[in-house]
Amino acid sequence: MPSSTPGFAMLDARAMVKRRLGLRLWLSGGWLVVLVVAATFAPWLAPHNPLEQDLFTSRLPPFWMAGAEPGYWLGTDSLGRDVLSRIMYGARIALVVALIAGTATALIGATLGLIAGYFRGWADLVISRLVDIWMAFPPVLFAILLIAVMGPGLVSVIVAIIVIDWTRFARVVRAEAMAQGAMDYVASAQVAGQKRLGTMLTEILPNVLPTIVVLLTLEMGIAVIVEAILSFVNLSISTDFPTWGGMIAEGRTSVHQAWWVLVFPLATLFLTVLSFSQLGEGLKDRFDPVLR
Amino acid sequence: MILRRLLSRLATTLVTLLGVSVIVFVTIRVVPGNPIAMMLPPGATEADIDRLRALYGFDRSIMEQYFIWLWGVVQGDFGTSIQSRQPVLRLVLNRLPATLELSIMALVIAVVIGGFLALTGTRLRGTRTEGAIDVTSGMALSVPDFLWGLVLILLFGVLWPVFHISGRISPQLTSEFTTNFFLFESVVRLRFDLWRDLVSHMFMPALALAIPLAAIISQLLKQSLKETMHLDYVTLSRTKGYGENHVIIREALPNAVLPTLTLVGVQFTFLIGGTVIIERLFSYEGLGNMAIDAVINRDLPLIQGIVILFAVLFTVVNLFVDMLYAVLNPRLRHA
Repeated sequence: MPSSTPGFAMLDARAMVKRRLGLRLWLSGGWLVVLVVAATFAPWLAPHNPLEQDLFTSRLPPFWMAGAEPGYWLGTDSLGRDVLSRIMYGARIALVVALIAGTATALIGATLGLIAGYFRGWADLVISRLVDIWMAFPPVLFAILLIAVMGPGLVSVIVAIIVIDWTRFARVVRAEAMAQGAMDYVASAQVAGQKRLGTMLTEILPNVLPTIVVLLTLEMGIAVIVEAILSFVNLSISTDFPTWGGMIAEGRTSVHQAWWVLVFPLATLFLTVLSFSQLGEGLKDRFDPVLR
Repeated sequence: MILRRLLSRLATTLVTLLGVSVIVFVTIRVVPGNPIAMMLPPGATEADIDRLRALYGFDRSIMEQYFIWLWGVVQGDFGTSIQSRQPVLRLVLNRLPATLELSIMALVIAVVIGGFLALTGTRLRGTRTEGAIDVTSGMALSVPDFLWGLVLILLFGVLWPVFHISGRISPQLTSEFTTNFFLFESVVRLRFDLWRDLVSHMFMPALALAIPLAAIISQLLKQSLKETMHLDYVTLSRTKGYGENHVIIREALPNAVLPTLTLVGVQFTFLIGGTVIIERLFSYEGLGNMAIDAVINRDLPLIQGIVILFAVLFTVVNLFVDMLYAVLNPRLRHA
């Protein structure tokens, strides 16, 4: 591309980025809204009971294939359970984990990051050293160790995510709070007689908040995938509840006989993880004053 | 200079490993449901519990326990697996080669793909190809290896079954080997029939592990190349009449590669961590698969051993990368 007029090229590029950003935000946000609605109203929207087994309807293909039964839109698994209904109920667990684990991780990590970055001193010393040790620990193994000790279950999964991932927030928020703390407006708040804690909450926090929101969005995607992985290896909630990871594990074993049992939950998980990360990246650019 | 750096890095590595050992030790003992309770069959009496506690040293203080345990670990005694009643160290070392071979193969694939994409993207700057590369690596990055593994299973295991998607080698060939480094041994003994079988099993899990790392390499290396291409010496070599390919590969690349190298080191440790779930997904018989079995059976001595071995692997890789960086970076070499 000839760039004889760099100024115009840049404006052009910026407009293009902006347009692409908008589309990205809408698509990923739209998918997540669909998911939230499906999860919230699953008892009314799902065509079948997700646990109901019926060997007469086992391994029915999805609606467009020969041999499909009406009402079983995405087919059934080897026990005759409706795939679509199970995906909708599975979304409940995925989103609950995303919400609880994500929020708690953000709260704990961001608080520690703010304290370390703004108050500095020994608090910073302790928190930073902790972060360093945590970083030396392979996250997957840390999760496995924690689950091994606490025993499988949804609570263990959520606790494991919080214990492992708080450093993500702490590191970034600490750096941001340090940068903000060095700025003039903070100094003037101090001169105006504001207390240190007050300054942190009313001056620093609002300026760090966009970063926290971006990280939170990304963290929710991570939480969804971690829950899926742990339910895939049967270390999450009991198999009485339909989960995407559990469905994928079943689909993996019968992939040669009934691919749809693997493909649909996998596609849902894929889109959800992609949406969270695209939403996060999109928000990051949205909050970026240069692009705005 | 390099020696001093090596020594100081060795010291920090030791401190990190000690920290990890403390975390592992404390996590396992502090949380309710202590190992003793898990080892005993239901219906054990108080006396049984006390005997077992004394046997494992749980009647001493936690500090004493830690040092007794640490002393054993230093001597290579990681305890006995509850499930199989075999020494943890032997179990773990038997599986280590499989995981190492898988990780290294994944690393090679990631470097080849990532490097190729970065160089192509730099050569074709400003074209649609560059845009396509950017979008692809962005996508590849935002989806983790677990999902790529499943996608690969569907594409190359089911839809177009060209690769094996389960196991490390065809079972009847296992007896052909004298070591556990199957891939390495097959090359050394020039047994390419075995090599082909191994690669057709390992390629899919290795590729799944490699995709996110390849994306990172492609993005960072392309960025560094882009910055280097604007430097005066690159312009100079261009005015000397060298072709664009020569300029990129011979002039820009050596200077642009250092930041990528450091990052690859850090990311390689994440890749090794990723083997846990990828091995499970592809029923590959390595350490990670064993770790998950150990968790399901709540075999704490085994889990403890695996986690510590992984942590050693992590820190050794980091140390190695740091040293490599010192050797390759002229500024550190002559300082």
